[in-house]
Amino acid sequence: MLLRLFFTFAKIGAFSFGGGYAMIPLISHEVVNSNGWLTMSEFIDVVALSQATPGPIAINSATYIGYKVAGFWGSVAATSGVVAPSFTIMLILGFLFYKYRDVALVKDIFRGIRPVVVVLIVAAALSVVPSTLTGLVPGVIAAVSAALILGLRKDPVMVLLAAGALGLILYL
Amino acid sequence: MYHPSEAIKTKEKTASFISIFWSFFKIGAFTFGGGWAMIPLIKRELVERREWLEDSEFVDLLAIAQSGPGPIAVNTATVTGYKIRGKSGALAAVFGAAMPSFLVILAFASVLVRYKNSPAIDAIFRGMRPAILGLLVAAVWQVGKNSVKERSDLWYVAAGAFLLFVLRQGPVTAVFVSGLLGIVSGYRARRSTRTREQGGTLGETGVSEAPDPGESPKAAHEGSLAEDRDLK
Repeated sequence: MLLRLFFTFAKIGAFSFGGGYAMIPLISHEVVNSNGWLTMSEFIDVVALSQATPGPIAINSATYIGYKVAGFWGSVAATSGVVAPSFTIMLILGFLFYKYRDVALVKDIFRGIRPVVVVLIVAAALSVVPSTLTGLVPGVIAAVSAALILGLRKDPVMVLLAAGALGLILYL
Repeated sequence: MYHPSEAIKTKEKTASFISIFWSFFKIGAFTFGGGWAMIPLIKRELVERREWLEDSEFVDLLAIAQSGPGPIAVNTATVTGYKIRGKSGALAAVFGAAMPSFLVILAFASVLVRYKNSPAIDAIFRGMRPAILGLLVAAVWQVGKNSVKERSDLWYVAAGAFLLFVLRQGPVTAVFVSGLLGIVSGYRARRSTRTREQGGTLGETGVSEAPDPGESPKAAHEGSLAEDRDLK
């Protein structure tokens, strides 16, 4: 069972591109349909829990499902499974990058990619706008947070903690 | 055997396994809402505080992280850890970045199940979610400053936006296509400078068919660099 957890999550890690929400369909297919480890409503609960806890959804669901299926070692197996492909591929790409970064072709490639990374982050920011900017207060929190980090060079960790505390005061 | 930590010039002392683990543990503990929101955290901890990473190469590492499969946070941690201390650095970084979510979910799955829908947690996250958007906006600025420097970079931005928002392609396609565009425009730039040099020598014999380097906005890096200089 531990091996099955490891390899199922390795498959998820190896074939999901784009991170975050792009991974959800693949995870739910493997976990709910193929293996029957969770029901669909349980899976939705895991996704909701992932949003309220730090870290990638893939790691969160791997840990949760691994624990549910086979206890502590199950969560270790599933989590290492989901990390293993990324880790291996990134080691190889990192090695190649530092070896060939001065080659003209590689420079050209990165010259093309670099500006597009900005667009990808813009896309990520836009994707959370509908669920986040629901009124004036969230808009002010978002603007003030960005201003504190960029303008006053405040630690982003402190900004997140302050916003969480503000949430407790405003919404509890 | 090549070891990337040899390339570190910002700090003479090699980063220790524990300090890398701890830095990424802190980053991982505050990475909510997807991998991109970790950019301001990484910039603060690794670029400004620890000085393990340079601003400009950080963007390249993000591009690499985006082109592999799996969670962006894991990819970013692996590749930046690798840059800081080679394979063991990558291991320390991945362990550190994954550990907080692993521990928190384990705690929820085993003992905290009944707090899953607690109103206090809901309230904290209603406050924090807009701040995460603020972090993403900060990330756009921090990365944009380093990767959109010349006027010709805007063509790549436009191409990326077209692929993502109009053609609705995934991020991997966008990275792949923009890499290809980079190759093509780099090739054209080199070819046009080479023809220009040849045109110079051939000019004495009367042949001067050097192509206009400004024929396409994307045609020449050199051309746009010169243009930028003229602007200043």
